[in-house]
Amino acid sequence: MTAPLIVFFVLAALAVIGAISLILQKHPIHSALSLIVVMVALAGLYLLMGAEFVAAVQIIVYGGAIMVLFVFVIMLLNAGVEEHTSLSKLAGPPGLLLVVALAAFVAATIAKSGASVQTAAQTGALSSTKGISEMVFKDFVYPFELTSFLILVAILGAVVLAQREKS
Amino acid sequence: MRSLLTTNAELVITIAKIAILLFIVLTVNAYLTWFERKVVAHIQSRWGPHRVGPHGLLQPLADGLKFFFKEDPTPAGVDRFVYFLAPLLALALALTSIAIIPFGPEPLHLFGRDIYLGIAPLNLNIGILALFAITALGVYGVALAGWSSNSKYPLLGGLRSSAQMISYELALTMSVVGVLLIAGSFNLRDIINAQAHHPERGIFGWNLWPQILGFFCFFTAAVAETNRVPFDLPEAESELVAGFHTEYASFKFAMFFIAEYTSMITVSCLCAIMFFGGWLSPFPASWTFTHYLPSVILIPFGLWVIMDGLRYETVFGRIILPGVGTVLTALGLALIVLPQFNNFIQAPFWFLSKVLVFLFVYVWMRGTLPRFRYDQLMAFGWKLLLPVSIVNVILTSFVILAKMQWGHQ
Repeated sequence: MTAPLIVFFVLAALAVIGAISLILQKHPIHSALSLIVVMVALAGLYLLMGAEFVAAVQIIVYGGAIMVLFVFVIMLLNAGVEEHTSLSKLAGPPGLLLVVALAAFVAATIAKSGASVQTAAQTGALSSTKGISEMVFKDFVYPFELTSFLILVAILGAVVLAQREKS
Repeated sequence: MRSLLTTNAELVITIAKIAILLFIVLTVNAYLTWFERKVVAHIQSRWGPHRVGPHGLLQPLADGLKFFFKEDPTPAGVDRFVYFLAPLLALALALTSIAIIPFGPEPLHLFGRDIYLGIAPLNLNIGILALFAITALGVYGVALAGWSSNSKYPLLGGLRSSAQMISYELALTMSVVGVLLIAGSFNLRDIINAQAHHPERGIFGWNLWPQILGFFCFFTAAVAETNRVPFDLPEAESELVAGFHTEYASFKFAMFFIAEYTSMITVSCLCAIMFFGGWLSPFPASWTFTHYLPSVILIPFGLWVIMDGLRYETVFGRIILPGVGTVLTALGLALIVLPQFNNFIQAPFWFLSKVLVFLFVYVWMRGTLPRFRYDQLMAFGWKLLLPVSIVNVILTSFVILAKMQWGHQ
């Protein structure tokens, strides 16, 4: 077993345990903390693949900004222990079925591709910051601008909603 | 044993570096509290700590002992896991961020290896982004401490600080984009080297001049990000007792304290690197006589420490202070005798001097400025800092574009 493989298994186990704990935890803050563990473990996996920029952005955006907002809202609303309604109890069995179906699909795809699973650092456009910026701002500039327009619309919507509340 | 050491040499060196840096940072932290109390006291025409040891120099030691031996009660109704996790998280993240800072350009030649000053590898291409990633996670220490304490003042302090840190993180990140555009790299070493293109200009080659707007935004946002005066709303004692760490006692409180001072050091290092040329000398490169500046400072200071120590009758004053003074004087003399050693010490000397200046500015602000009101703080962040830093990015990119178009003809 090489060192990258050991690191891979540690990070992957951390991500899976975090995801399971996210579902099983009773308190919203503990669930949010588990989600942060998943995000950071994923960032570690990106780093292992040599995608430094993606790893840093994963932590800054998902681990930092978005999850801080989650935690902030949970703290602000002082959300207590999760409540079980009859409908949420019903969601268990179909969900389990979907999990099995998704896992089987992913496993089948990996088995069919036949390529060995890579854990070492990858080289190429995706691994360097320059390569990513060239893709985003040259090759895919119109989809990128369209996405930013979508985000702008969402921000405007949030401002309008907040203003209406005041008056 | 010997072969094991040589095969894992990189690992051993890194662990040794971590241990040394940890020791230095924690010692500097302890004496930063002494420095802060002394400077604030003199700003307010007081003496500050002066009972424990000469000039109160043993005060940090006494404080540390007090932290260790105090009772550590856990309040009723806390969320135990999160309550214990929060100070650990704050301290661990603050100490990790120091690992990214490079302290000097030249490697030390020891045991036939090149040992660079700083823990992170030379080609850490996401240097500044990695720092921002660690700072982004740092919010959790404060927010979770406030929430898990099961008490209203810490909760309010935690909420305030998370709102404040989210708001100022944006301005903090935007304000360095200008520097990144000039350097064309995220790597902290590259950013410093980009300021060394005109060695004859000295201080005027630094990023400070083209990026003066960026520096203003960065330093303001950084002070807010570290929760220091005038932005220390999360622990405004007149309103919130002690803010997010009200319910923490003993060593858990000390962990928050160390985390805060460590982030002050990191931010000062970052300011020096991004805008003040890092380890570059402020004098033109041809002024070689400025290389004797460390000796000129060290020798008189060492002699003064010896003279000062002999006035005391205690063991610490009589023996240890003159000892330290002798070492400092000897170091200053050695720098004159050994030019090679002197050349090596130049870069770390300037870097640490700049960091010290920024730490002084931090303390100076604490002794001078009143605290912001909460709505003023939010308005300042969103309505002034963020627009100014965005304007700075646009201006910088236009200037760089113009230089690329018409500059090299």
